[in-house]
Amino acid sequence: MAHPTARAIRDDVAAGRVSAVEICRDALARIEAANPALNSFLLVDAEGALERARKVDARRAAGETAGPLAGVPIAIKDNLCVRGMKTTAASKILETYVPPYDATVIERLEAAGAVIVGKTNCDEFAMGSSNENSAFGPVRNPWATARTPGGSSGGSAAAVAAAQVPLALGSDTGGSIRQPASFCGVVGLKPTYGRVSRYGLLAFASSLDQIGPIARTVEDAALALTAMAGPDRADATSSHEPLPDLIAALTGDIKGLRVGVPRTFVSEGVDADVKAAFDAALSVMQAAGASLVDVELPHAPYGVPAYYLVCTAEASSNLARYDGVKYGYRSPASANGLQAMYTRSRSEGFGAEVKRRIMLGTYVLSAGYYDAFYLKAQQVRTLLRRDYEQAFERADVIAMPTSPIPPFGIGEKADDPLQMYLADIFTVSANLAGLPAISVPGGFVTRDGAQLPVGFQLTGRPFDEATVLRAGDAYQRATAWPTVAPGELQ
Amino acid sequence: MSALTIADVERIAALAHLDLTGDEKTRFARQLADILDYAQQLQAVNTEGVPATAHVHAAAGAERDDAPRPSLTPQQAVANAPDANLDAGLFRVPRVIGG
Repeated sequence: MAHPTARAIRDDVAAGRVSAVEICRDALARIEAANPALNSFLLVDAEGALERARKVDARRAAGETAGPLAGVPIAIKDNLCVRGMKTTAASKILETYVPPYDATVIERLEAAGAVIVGKTNCDEFAMGSSNENSAFGPVRNPWATARTPGGSSGGSAAAVAAAQVPLALGSDTGGSIRQPASFCGVVGLKPTYGRVSRYGLLAFASSLDQIGPIARTVEDAALALTAMAGPDRADATSSHEPLPDLIAALTGDIKGLRVGVPRTFVSEGVDADVKAAFDAALSVMQAAGASLVDVELPHAPYGVPAYYLVCTAEASSNLARYDGVKYGYRSPASANGLQAMYTRSRSEGFGAEVKRRIMLGTYVLSAGYYDAFYLKAQQVRTLLRRDYEQAFERADVIAMPTSPIPPFGIGEKADDPLQMYLADIFTVSANLAGLPAISVPGGFVTRDGAQLPVGFQLTGRPFDEATVLRAGDAYQRATAWPTVAPGELQ
Repeated sequence: MSALTIADVERIAALAHLDLTGDEKTRFARQLADILDYAQQLQAVNTEGVPATAHVHAAAGAERDDAPRPSLTPQQAVANAPDANLDAGLFRVPRVIGG
Protein backbone atom coordinates (compact mmCIF):
# COMPACT_ATOMS: atom_id res chain seq x y z
CA MET A 1 0.00 0.00 0.00
CA ALA A 2 1.50 3.29 -1.10
CA HIS A 3 -0.03 5.32 1.70
CA PRO A 4 -0.55 3.03 4.67
CA THR A 5 -3.23 3.84 7.21
CA ALA A 6 -2.45 4.23 10.90
CA ARG A 7 -3.88 0.76 11.47
CA ALA A 8 -1.62 -0.79 8.82
CA ILE A 9 1.45 1.00 10.20
CA ARG A 10 0.63 -0.13 13.73
CA ASP A 11 0.20 -3.74 12.59
CA ASP A 12 3.45 -3.70 10.62
CA VAL A 13 5.45 -2.08 13.41
CA ALA A 14 3.97 -4.46 16.00
CA ALA A 15 4.86 -7.45 13.84
CA GLY A 16 8.37 -6.17 13.17
CA ARG A 17 7.81 -5.96 9.41
CA VAL A 18 8.90 -2.35 9.44
CA SER A 19 10.53 -0.08 12.02
CA ALA A 20 8.99 3.06 13.44
CA VAL A 21 12.12 4.89 12.29
CA GLU A 22 11.58 3.84 8.65
CA ILE A 23 7.96 4.98 8.83
CA CYS A 24 9.05 8.24 10.41
CA ARG A 25 11.71 8.94 7.76
CA ASP A 26 9.10 8.32 5.06
CA ALA A 27 6.66 10.77 6.67
CA LEU A 28 9.37 13.40 7.08
CA ALA A 29 10.27 13.07 3.39
CA ARG A 30 6.61 13.46 2.38
CA ILE A 31 6.20 16.48 4.61
CA GLU A 32 9.28 18.12 3.16
CA ALA A 33 8.20 17.37 -0.41
CA ALA A 34 4.66 18.74 -0.18
CA ASN A 35 5.02 21.55 2.33
CA PRO A 36 6.27 24.28 -0.02
CA ALA A 37 3.06 23.87 -2.06
CA LEU A 38 0.66 23.44 0.86
CA ASN A 39 2.05 25.33 3.89
CA SER A 40 0.31 22.70 6.02
CA PHE A 41 3.08 22.46 8.63
CA LEU A 42 4.31 25.39 10.71
CA LEU A 43 6.97 23.32 12.44
CA VAL A 44 8.60 19.99 11.62
CA ASP A 45 10.56 18.42 14.45
CA ALA A 46 12.55 15.90 12.39
CA GLU A 47 15.19 15.17 14.99
CA GLY A 48 12.73 14.84 17.85
CA ALA A 49 10.41 12.67 15.76
CA LEU A 50 13.21 10.25 14.87
CA GLU A 51 14.22 10.10 18.52
CA ARG A 52 10.63 9.28 19.50
CA ALA A 53 10.46 6.64 16.76
CA ARG A 54 13.69 5.07 18.00
CA LYS A 55 12.13 4.74 21.45
CA VAL A 56 9.12 2.95 19.98
CA ASP A 57 11.47 0.52 18.24
CA ALA A 58 13.53 0.08 21.40
CA ARG A 59 10.43 -0.75 23.43
CA ARG A 60 9.45 -3.36 20.88
CA ALA A 61 12.96 -4.81 20.81
CA ALA A 62 12.83 -5.07 24.60
CA GLY A 63 9.76 -7.24 24.27
CA GLU A 64 7.19 -4.69 25.40
CA THR A 65 3.74 -4.89 23.82
CA ALA A 66 3.44 -2.40 20.98
CA GLY A 67 0.89 0.33 21.65
CA PRO A 68 -2.32 0.68 19.61
CA LEU A 69 -0.67 3.48 17.60
CA ALA A 70 2.87 2.11 17.61
CA GLY A 71 5.04 4.01 15.16
CA VAL A 72 2.17 6.04 13.68
CA PRO A 73 3.36 9.53 12.64
CA ILE A 74 0.93 12.16 13.84
CA ALA A 75 0.69 15.90 13.20
CA ILE A 76 -0.62 18.22 15.90
CA LYS A 77 -2.68 21.35 15.29
CA ASP A 78 -0.67 24.30 16.49
CA ASN A 79 -3.17 25.26 19.20
CA LEU A 80 -2.24 22.16 21.23
CA CYS A 81 0.65 22.29 23.65
CA VAL A 82 3.56 19.92 23.11
CA ARG A 83 6.30 20.32 25.70
CA GLY A 84 9.36 21.99 24.27
CA MET A 85 7.79 22.44 20.83
CA LYS A 86 6.87 25.96 19.73
CA THR A 87 3.09 26.39 19.86
CA THR A 88 1.80 29.57 18.24
CA ALA A 89 -1.92 29.01 17.50
CA ALA A 90 -0.89 30.59 14.17
CA SER A 91 -0.75 33.95 15.95
CA LYS A 92 1.96 36.58 16.05
CA ILE A 93 1.13 37.10 19.73
CA LEU A 94 2.43 33.58 20.53
CA GLU A 95 5.18 33.49 17.93
CA THR A 96 7.82 32.59 20.52
CA TYR A 97 5.78 30.49 22.95
CA VAL A 98 7.34 27.15 23.97
CA PRO A 99 5.00 25.22 26.29
CA PRO A 100 6.55 23.79 29.45
CA TYR A 101 3.98 20.99 29.49
CA ASP A 102 2.14 18.50 27.27
CA ALA A 103 -1.57 18.59 26.57
CA THR A 104 -3.23 15.49 28.04
CA VAL A 105 -3.98 14.18 24.53
CA ILE A 106 -0.26 14.39 23.70
CA GLU A 107 0.71 12.30 26.73
CA ARG A 108 -1.91 9.70 25.86
CA LEU A 109 -1.04 9.47 22.16
CA GLU A 110 2.64 9.08 22.97
CA ALA A 111 1.82 6.41 25.53
CA ALA A 112 -0.05 4.61 22.72
CA GLY A 113 3.12 4.69 20.62
CA ALA A 114 2.27 7.56 18.25
CA VAL A 115 5.21 9.60 16.95
CA ILE A 116 4.64 13.36 16.90
CA VAL A 117 6.28 14.84 13.81
CA GLY A 118 5.30 18.51 14.03
CA LYS A 119 2.70 21.25 14.30
CA THR A 120 0.14 22.11 11.67
CA ASN A 121 -1.07 25.46 10.42
CA CYS A 122 -4.55 26.68 11.34
CA ASP A 123 -6.66 29.80 11.55
CA GLU A 124 -5.34 32.09 14.30
CA PHE A 125 -6.60 30.75 17.64
CA ALA A 126 -8.83 28.39 15.59
CA MET A 127 -10.99 31.32 14.48
CA GLY A 128 -11.94 30.80 10.88
CA SER A 129 -13.34 28.43 8.29
CA SER A 130 -10.69 28.74 5.58
CA ASN A 131 -7.24 28.75 7.20
CA GLU A 132 -6.73 32.21 5.69
CA ASN A 133 -6.53 33.78 9.17
CA SER A 134 -3.10 32.31 9.95
CA ALA A 135 -0.38 34.83 10.76
CA PHE A 136 1.95 32.49 8.86
CA GLY A 137 0.12 32.32 5.54
CA PRO A 138 -2.81 30.31 4.22
CA VAL A 139 -2.86 26.55 3.71
CA ARG A 140 -3.71 25.29 0.24
CA ASN A 141 -6.14 22.51 -0.57
CA PRO A 142 -4.24 19.47 -1.92
CA TRP A 143 -7.09 18.75 -4.37
CA ALA A 144 -6.93 22.24 -5.91
CA THR A 145 -4.23 24.54 -4.60
CA ALA A 146 -6.03 27.77 -5.53
CA ARG A 147 -8.71 26.80 -3.02
CA THR A 148 -8.83 26.75 0.75
CA PRO A 149 -8.58 23.50 2.73
CA GLY A 150 -11.29 24.80 5.06
CA GLY A 151 -10.60 25.65 8.64
CA SER A 152 -9.72 26.11 11.23
CA SER A 153 -7.83 22.77 11.27
CA GLY A 154 -6.87 23.27 7.61
CA GLY A 155 -3.22 22.27 8.00
CA SER A 156 -4.14 19.00 9.70
CA ALA A 157 -6.71 18.09 7.04
CA ALA A 158 -4.41 19.04 4.16
CA ALA A 159 -1.53 17.07 5.70
CA VAL A 160 -3.67 13.92 5.86
CA ALA A 161 -5.16 14.40 2.37
CA ALA A 162 -1.69 14.86 0.88
CA ALA A 163 -0.50 11.71 2.73
CA GLN A 164 2.15 13.68 4.61
CA VAL A 165 0.88 11.86 7.70
CA PRO A 166 -1.84 9.25 8.19
CA LEU A 167 -3.20 10.94 11.30
CA ALA A 168 -3.52 14.45 12.70
CA LEU A 169 -5.21 16.23 15.57
CA GLY A 170 -7.59 19.10 15.18
CA SER A 171 -9.91 21.03 17.44
CA ASP A 172 -13.57 21.70 16.69
CA THR A 173 -15.45 24.65 18.19
CA GLY A 174 -18.02 25.15 15.43
CA GLY A 175 -16.91 22.69 12.75
CA SER A 176 -13.15 23.20 12.67
CA ILE A 177 -12.39 19.47 12.36
CA ARG A 178 -15.34 18.39 10.21
CA GLN A 179 -15.42 21.20 7.64
CA PRO A 180 -11.72 20.97 6.64
CA ALA A 181 -12.05 17.17 6.60
CA SER A 182 -14.95 17.67 4.18
CA PHE A 183 -12.99 20.15 2.02
CA CYS A 184 -9.95 17.84 1.90
CA GLY A 185 -11.79 14.54 1.38
CA VAL A 186 -10.78 12.88 4.64
CA VAL A 187 -12.41 11.77 7.90
CA GLY A 188 -12.87 14.24 10.78
CA LEU A 189 -14.40 13.36 14.13
CA LYS A 190 -15.63 15.77 16.77
CA PRO A 191 -16.22 13.73 19.91
CA THR A 192 -18.94 14.46 22.45
CA TYR A 193 -18.14 17.51 24.57
CA GLY A 194 -16.25 16.13 27.56
CA ARG A 195 -15.12 12.89 25.91
CA VAL A 196 -11.58 14.20 25.47
CA SER A 197 -9.69 16.36 27.95
CA ARG A 198 -9.10 19.93 26.79
CA TYR A 199 -6.09 20.40 29.06
CA GLY A 200 -3.33 21.91 26.94
CA LEU A 201 -5.65 23.16 24.20
CA LEU A 202 -5.33 26.93 23.86
CA ALA A 203 -8.85 27.97 24.78
CA PHE A 204 -11.12 29.65 22.23
CA ALA A 205 -14.69 28.98 23.45
CA SER A 206 -14.52 26.69 26.45
CA SER A 207 -18.10 25.41 26.40
CA LEU A 208 -17.77 24.39 22.73
CA ASP A 209 -14.11 23.40 22.13
CA GLN A 210 -13.33 19.73 21.65
CA ILE A 211 -10.21 17.94 20.37
CA GLY A 212 -10.54 15.18 17.78
CA PRO A 213 -8.74 13.21 15.07
CA ILE A 214 -8.44 13.70 11.32
CA ALA A 215 -7.60 10.52 9.39
CA ARG A 216 -8.20 8.80 6.08
CA THR A 217 -10.35 6.01 7.51
CA VAL A 218 -13.05 5.88 10.16
CA GLU A 219 -11.13 3.03 11.78
CA ASP A 220 -8.05 5.23 12.22
CA ALA A 221 -10.21 7.96 13.77
CA ALA A 222 -11.62 5.35 16.16
CA LEU A 223 -8.11 4.20 17.10
CA ALA A 224 -7.05 7.76 17.85
CA LEU A 225 -10.16 8.57 19.88
CA THR A 226 -9.72 5.39 21.90
CA ALA A 227 -6.18 6.45 22.79
CA MET A 228 -7.23 9.99 23.80
CA ALA A 229 -10.61 9.59 25.49
CA GLY A 230 -11.33 9.47 29.18
CA PRO A 231 -11.43 11.54 32.33
CA ASP A 232 -8.56 13.80 33.30
CA ARG A 233 -8.05 15.44 36.65
CA ALA A 234 -6.71 18.51 34.86
CA ASP A 235 -10.03 19.17 33.06
CA ALA A 236 -13.11 19.29 35.28
CA THR A 237 -15.36 19.06 32.21
CA SER A 238 -13.84 15.77 31.06
CA SER A 239 -16.33 12.94 31.44
CA HIS A 240 -16.24 9.65 33.33
CA GLU A 241 -18.71 8.12 30.85
CA PRO A 242 -17.26 4.68 29.92
CA LEU A 243 -15.93 4.31 26.39
CA PRO A 244 -17.16 1.21 24.57
CA ASP A 245 -14.85 -0.79 22.28
CA LEU A 246 -14.93 1.50 19.26
CA ILE A 247 -13.02 -0.87 16.99
CA ALA A 248 -15.40 -3.73 17.76
CA ALA A 249 -18.26 -1.34 16.95
CA LEU A 250 -17.09 -1.14 13.33
CA THR A 251 -19.03 -4.17 12.17
CA GLY A 252 -19.93 -2.84 8.74
CA ASP A 253 -23.52 -3.75 9.57
CA ILE A 254 -26.09 -0.94 9.62
CA LYS A 255 -29.20 -3.01 8.94
CA GLY A 256 -32.05 -1.38 10.81
CA LEU A 257 -30.06 1.73 11.70
CA ARG A 258 -32.41 4.72 11.67
CA VAL A 259 -30.83 7.67 9.84
CA GLY A 260 -32.66 10.91 10.58
CA VAL A 261 -32.82 13.47 7.80
CA PRO A 262 -33.80 17.06 8.70
CA ARG A 263 -35.20 17.69 5.22
CA THR A 264 -36.54 21.17 5.85
CA PHE A 265 -33.22 22.32 7.30
CA VAL A 266 -31.06 20.90 4.49
CA SER A 267 -33.34 22.05 1.67
CA GLU A 268 -32.32 25.70 1.69
CA GLY A 269 -29.09 27.43 0.77
CA VAL A 270 -27.26 24.27 -0.22
CA ASP A 271 -25.22 24.14 -3.41
CA ALA A 272 -27.05 21.94 -5.94
CA ASP A 273 -24.09 19.61 -6.48
CA VAL A 274 -23.51 19.28 -2.74
CA LYS A 275 -27.20 18.46 -2.32
CA ALA A 276 -26.98 15.81 -5.05
CA ALA A 277 -23.96 14.22 -3.32
CA PHE A 278 -25.88 14.25 -0.03
CA ASP A 279 -28.92 12.57 -1.59
CA ALA A 280 -26.66 9.95 -3.15
CA ALA A 281 -25.05 9.29 0.24
CA LEU A 282 -28.47 8.75 1.77
CA SER A 283 -29.23 6.20 -0.94
CA VAL A 284 -26.00 4.38 -0.10
CA MET A 285 -27.05 4.19 3.55
CA GLN A 286 -30.45 2.87 2.52
CA ALA A 287 -28.94 0.28 0.21
CA ALA A 288 -26.76 -0.88 3.10
CA GLY A 289 -29.84 -1.59 5.16
CA ALA A 290 -30.43 1.64 7.07
CA SER A 291 -33.86 3.23 7.10
CA LEU A 292 -34.32 6.94 6.47
CA VAL A 293 -36.65 8.82 8.79
CA ASP A 294 -37.70 12.45 8.62
CA VAL A 295 -36.75 14.54 11.63
CA GLU A 296 -37.25 18.20 12.43
CA LEU A 297 -34.67 20.51 13.97
CA PRO A 298 -36.79 23.66 14.08
CA HIS A 299 -34.15 25.76 15.85
CA ALA A 300 -31.17 24.62 13.77
CA PRO A 301 -31.48 27.63 11.42
CA TYR A 302 -30.71 29.80 14.47
CA GLY A 303 -27.50 27.88 15.09
CA VAL A 304 -25.16 30.31 13.33
CA PRO A 305 -26.29 33.49 15.16
CA ALA A 306 -26.45 31.67 18.51
CA TYR A 307 -23.02 30.16 17.90
CA TYR A 308 -21.31 33.42 16.95
CA LEU A 309 -22.69 35.20 20.02
CA VAL A 310 -21.68 32.43 22.43
CA CYS A 311 -18.27 31.68 20.95
CA THR A 312 -17.19 35.31 20.64
CA ALA A 313 -18.33 36.06 24.20
CA GLU A 314 -16.24 33.17 25.51
CA ALA A 315 -13.33 34.12 23.25
CA SER A 316 -13.28 37.71 24.48
CA SER A 317 -12.86 36.37 27.99
CA ASN A 318 -10.39 33.59 27.17
CA LEU A 319 -8.12 35.82 25.09
CA ALA A 320 -7.88 38.44 27.83
CA ARG A 321 -4.89 36.45 29.09
CA TYR A 322 -2.75 37.61 26.16
CA ASP A 323 -1.53 40.87 27.61
CA GLY A 324 2.21 40.99 26.97
CA VAL A 325 3.08 39.86 30.51
CA LYS A 326 3.17 36.08 30.81
CA TYR A 327 4.11 34.82 27.36
CA GLY A 328 4.40 35.80 23.76
CA TYR A 329 4.63 39.19 22.15
CA ARG A 330 5.20 42.47 23.99
CA SER A 331 5.06 45.70 22.01
CA PRO A 332 8.06 48.07 22.06
CA ALA A 333 5.47 50.74 22.96
CA SER A 334 5.39 49.16 26.43
CA ALA A 335 7.97 51.76 27.39
CA ASN A 336 4.99 54.13 27.64
CA GLY A 337 3.57 52.33 30.63
CA LEU A 338 1.41 49.40 31.67
CA GLN A 339 -1.76 50.39 29.81
CA ALA A 340 0.19 50.95 26.60
CA MET A 341 1.80 47.54 27.08
CA TYR A 342 -1.60 45.83 27.24
CA THR A 343 -3.29 47.62 24.37
CA ARG A 344 -0.33 47.87 22.01
CA SER A 345 0.80 44.26 22.55
CA ARG A 346 -2.72 42.99 21.85
CA SER A 347 -3.30 45.32 18.91
CA GLU A 348 -0.01 44.44 17.24
CA GLY A 349 -0.16 40.74 18.16
CA PHE A 350 -3.70 39.75 17.13
CA GLY A 351 -4.88 39.48 13.53
CA ALA A 352 -8.07 40.99 12.08
CA GLU A 353 -10.46 38.08 12.66
CA VAL A 354 -9.35 37.59 16.26
CA LYS A 355 -9.82 41.31 16.96
CA ARG A 356 -13.24 41.21 15.29
CA ARG A 357 -14.36 38.32 17.49
CA ILE A 358 -12.96 39.86 20.67
CA MET A 359 -14.84 43.07 19.79
CA LEU A 360 -18.09 41.24 19.09
CA GLY A 361 -17.80 39.16 22.25
CA THR A 362 -16.99 42.19 24.36
CA TYR A 363 -20.02 43.97 22.92
CA VAL A 364 -22.49 41.15 23.56
CA LEU A 365 -21.27 40.78 27.14
CA SER A 366 -21.34 44.50 27.86
CA ALA A 367 -23.94 46.21 30.03
CA GLY A 368 -27.28 46.64 28.27
CA TYR A 369 -26.66 43.96 25.63
CA TYR A 370 -26.10 40.84 27.71
CA ASP A 371 -29.77 39.82 27.93
CA ALA A 372 -30.64 40.65 24.34
CA PHE A 373 -27.71 38.79 22.82
CA TYR A 374 -25.75 36.46 25.07
CA LEU A 375 -28.58 35.22 27.30
CA LYS A 376 -30.92 34.90 24.33
CA ALA A 377 -28.32 32.83 22.46
CA GLN A 378 -27.92 30.50 25.44
CA GLN A 379 -31.68 30.04 25.63
CA VAL A 380 -31.80 29.19 21.94
CA ARG A 381 -29.01 26.74 22.66
CA THR A 382 -31.34 24.96 25.09
CA LEU A 383 -34.08 24.80 22.46
CA LEU A 384 -31.64 23.35 19.95
CA ARG A 385 -30.59 20.66 22.43
CA ARG A 386 -34.24 19.78 22.94
CA ASP A 387 -34.74 19.54 19.16
CA TYR A 388 -31.95 16.96 19.03
CA GLU A 389 -33.33 15.03 22.01
CA GLN A 390 -36.65 14.73 20.22
CA ALA A 391 -35.04 13.81 16.92
CA PHE A 392 -33.03 11.06 18.61
CA GLU A 393 -36.26 9.44 19.80
CA ARG A 394 -36.89 8.61 16.14
CA ALA A 395 -33.36 8.29 14.78
CA ASP A 396 -30.03 6.74 15.82
CA VAL A 397 -27.92 9.20 13.84
CA ILE A 398 -28.77 12.40 11.99
CA ALA A 399 -27.38 13.00 8.49
CA MET A 400 -26.51 16.38 7.00
CA PRO A 401 -24.01 17.74 4.53
CA THR A 402 -20.91 18.93 6.39
CA SER A 403 -20.72 22.19 4.45
CA PRO A 404 -23.39 23.74 2.22
CA ILE A 405 -20.72 24.62 -0.34
CA PRO A 406 -17.67 22.92 -1.87
CA PRO A 407 -14.14 24.20 -1.16
CA PHE A 408 -13.97 27.87 -2.16
CA GLY A 409 -11.12 29.90 -3.57
CA ILE A 410 -8.47 31.53 -1.43
CA GLY A 411 -9.50 35.17 -1.01
CA GLU A 412 -13.05 34.56 -2.24
CA LYS A 413 -14.78 35.26 1.09
CA ALA A 414 -12.00 36.97 2.99
CA ASP A 415 -13.64 40.43 2.96
CA ASP A 416 -17.06 39.38 4.15
CA PRO A 417 -16.95 37.72 7.57
CA LEU A 418 -20.72 37.23 7.76
CA GLN A 419 -20.75 35.23 4.50
CA MET A 420 -17.94 33.08 5.88
CA TYR A 421 -19.89 32.49 9.11
CA LEU A 422 -23.05 31.43 7.25
CA ALA A 423 -21.19 28.49 5.71
CA ASP A 424 -20.92 26.97 9.21
CA ILE A 425 -24.66 26.30 9.25
CA PHE A 426 -24.45 22.48 9.33
CA THR A 427 -21.59 22.12 11.80
CA VAL A 428 -22.24 24.57 14.66
CA SER A 429 -25.30 22.85 16.09
CA ALA A 430 -23.35 19.73 17.17
CA ASN A 431 -21.08 22.01 19.22
CA LEU A 432 -23.95 24.00 20.72
CA ALA A 433 -25.64 20.72 21.73
CA GLY A 434 -22.35 19.01 22.72
CA LEU A 435 -22.94 16.03 20.40
CA PRO A 436 -20.48 13.71 18.62
CA ALA A 437 -20.34 14.21 14.85
CA ILE A 438 -18.22 12.88 12.02
CA SER A 439 -17.53 14.03 8.48
CA VAL A 440 -16.65 11.21 6.10
CA PRO A 441 -15.65 11.56 2.43
CA GLY A 442 -18.99 11.87 0.63
CA GLY A 443 -18.12 12.13 -3.03
CA PHE A 444 -16.95 14.88 -5.34
CA VAL A 445 -18.19 17.88 -7.26
CA THR A 446 -16.48 19.38 -10.29
CA ARG A 447 -15.39 23.04 -10.36
CA ASP A 448 -13.10 24.57 -12.98
CA GLY A 449 -12.27 21.09 -14.19
CA ALA A 450 -11.08 19.95 -10.76
CA GLN A 451 -12.61 17.22 -8.63
CA LEU A 452 -13.38 18.70 -5.22
CA PRO A 453 -14.33 16.59 -2.20
CA VAL A 454 -17.52 17.07 -0.21
CA GLY A 455 -18.24 15.57 3.19
CA PHE A 456 -21.15 13.53 4.52
CA GLN A 457 -21.88 14.31 8.16
CA LEU A 458 -23.41 12.04 10.79
CA THR A 459 -24.33 13.28 14.29
CA GLY A 460 -25.11 11.03 17.24
CA ARG A 461 -26.49 10.99 20.75
CA PRO A 462 -24.25 12.25 23.56
CA PHE A 463 -21.36 9.80 24.13
CA ASP A 464 -22.57 7.53 21.33
CA GLU A 465 -19.46 7.84 19.17
CA ALA A 466 -19.74 4.08 18.63
CA THR A 467 -22.88 4.40 16.50
CA VAL A 468 -21.57 7.46 14.66
CA LEU A 469 -18.35 5.60 13.82
CA ARG A 470 -20.18 2.40 12.86
CA ALA A 471 -22.43 4.33 10.47
CA GLY A 472 -19.53 6.31 9.01
CA ASP A 473 -17.43 3.19 8.60
CA ALA A 474 -20.25 1.33 6.85
CA TYR A 475 -20.69 4.26 4.47
CA GLN A 476 -16.95 4.42 3.81
CA ARG A 477 -16.78 0.66 3.10
CA ALA A 478 -19.70 0.96 0.67
CA THR A 479 -18.22 3.90 -1.22
CA ALA A 480 -14.43 3.78 -0.84
CA TRP A 481 -13.99 7.33 -2.14
CA PRO A 482 -10.31 8.11 -2.66
CA THR A 483 -8.80 9.93 0.34
CA VAL A 484 -5.43 10.93 -1.05
CA ALA A 485 -5.34 13.91 -3.39
CA PRO A 486 -3.92 13.11 -6.82
CA GLY A 487 -0.98 14.87 -8.39
CA GLU A 488 2.57 15.60 -7.43
CA LEU A 489 1.96 16.35 -3.78
CA GLN A 490 2.39 12.71 -2.74
CA MET B 1 -30.94 48.78 12.94
CA SER B 2 -27.82 47.84 14.85
CA ALA B 3 -25.98 50.86 13.51
CA LEU B 4 -22.69 51.14 15.32
CA THR B 5 -20.99 54.51 15.58
CA ILE B 6 -17.25 55.00 15.63
CA ALA B 7 -17.70 56.05 19.26
CA ASP B 8 -19.37 52.69 20.01
CA VAL B 9 -16.45 50.88 18.43
CA GLU B 10 -13.97 52.94 20.42
CA ARG B 11 -15.83 52.19 23.65
CA ILE B 12 -15.79 48.40 22.96
CA ALA B 13 -12.14 48.52 21.93
CA ALA B 14 -11.25 50.24 25.20
CA LEU B 15 -13.08 47.53 27.16
CA ALA B 16 -11.17 44.87 25.19
CA HIS B 17 -7.78 46.59 25.61
CA LEU B 18 -7.46 47.05 21.87
CA ASP B 19 -6.14 50.10 20.12
CA LEU B 20 -7.62 50.29 16.61
CA THR B 21 -6.51 52.28 13.59
CA GLY B 22 -8.97 54.57 11.82
CA ASP B 23 -9.40 52.01 9.05
CA GLU B 24 -10.08 49.23 11.54
CA LYS B 25 -12.69 51.35 13.33
CA THR B 26 -14.57 52.06 10.11
CA ARG B 27 -14.39 48.45 8.96
CA PHE B 28 -15.38 46.95 12.31
CA ALA B 29 -18.28 49.41 12.69
CA ARG B 30 -19.72 48.10 9.42
CA GLN B 31 -18.89 44.41 9.89
CA LEU B 32 -20.03 44.20 13.51
CA ALA B 33 -23.29 45.96 12.59
CA ASP B 34 -23.84 43.41 9.79
CA ILE B 35 -23.30 40.53 12.19
CA LEU B 36 -25.45 42.01 14.95
CA ASP B 37 -28.22 42.74 12.44
CA TYR B 38 -28.09 39.12 11.39
CA ALA B 39 -28.16 38.01 15.04
CA GLN B 40 -31.34 40.03 15.59
CA GLN B 41 -33.28 37.09 14.11
CA LEU B 42 -32.88 35.37 17.48
CA GLN B 43 -35.39 37.89 18.86
CA ALA B 44 -38.07 36.07 16.84
CA VAL B 45 -37.59 32.91 18.94
CA ASN B 46 -39.94 32.54 21.89
CA THR B 47 -37.65 31.80 24.82
CA GLU B 48 -40.03 32.62 27.64
CA GLY B 49 -39.29 30.36 30.59
CA VAL B 50 -36.45 28.60 28.72
CA PRO B 51 -33.35 28.14 30.89
CA ALA B 52 -30.01 29.17 29.46
CA THR B 53 -27.47 26.51 28.52
CA ALA B 54 -24.13 27.75 29.78
CA HIS B 55 -22.77 24.24 29.61
CA VAL B 56 -24.04 21.02 28.03
CA HIS B 57 -22.73 18.83 30.81
CA ALA B 58 -24.98 17.98 33.73
CA ALA B 59 -21.93 16.54 35.50
CA ALA B 60 -19.74 19.59 35.00
CA GLY B 61 -17.86 20.88 37.98
CA ALA B 62 -16.70 17.48 39.18
CA GLU B 63 -14.70 17.78 42.36
CA ARG B 64 -11.37 16.23 43.25
CA ASP B 65 -9.25 15.96 46.34
CA ASP B 66 -7.49 19.17 47.23
CA ALA B 67 -4.10 17.54 47.35
CA PRO B 68 -0.83 19.12 46.22
CA ARG B 69 0.76 17.63 43.10
CA PRO B 70 3.96 18.34 41.22
CA SER B 71 3.65 21.41 39.02
CA LEU B 72 5.79 23.92 37.18
CA THR B 73 8.63 25.56 39.05
CA PRO B 74 8.49 29.37 39.32
CA GLN B 75 11.33 29.49 36.79
CA GLN B 76 9.42 27.36 34.27
CA ALA B 77 6.31 29.42 34.85
CA VAL B 78 8.00 32.68 33.88
CA ALA B 79 10.32 31.25 31.22
CA ASN B 80 8.04 32.36 28.36
CA ALA B 81 7.60 35.91 29.59
CA PRO B 82 8.91 38.66 27.32
CA ASP B 83 10.55 40.16 30.41
CA ALA B 84 11.14 38.23 33.62
CA ASN B 85 13.47 37.86 36.55
CA LEU B 86 14.13 34.16 36.14
CA ASP B 87 16.04 33.71 39.41
CA ALA B 88 13.27 35.25 41.46
CA GLY B 89 10.51 33.69 39.33
CA LEU B 90 8.88 37.08 38.67
CA PHE B 91 7.27 38.75 35.66
CA ARG B 92 8.57 42.24 35.01
CA VAL B 93 6.18 44.96 33.75
CA PRO B 94 6.50 48.71 33.15
CA ARG B 95 6.36 50.92 36.22
CA VAL B 96 2.78 51.30 37.46
CA ILE B 97 3.13 53.90 40.21
CA GLY B 98 5.26 57.00 40.39
CA GLY B 99 6.44 56.68 36.80
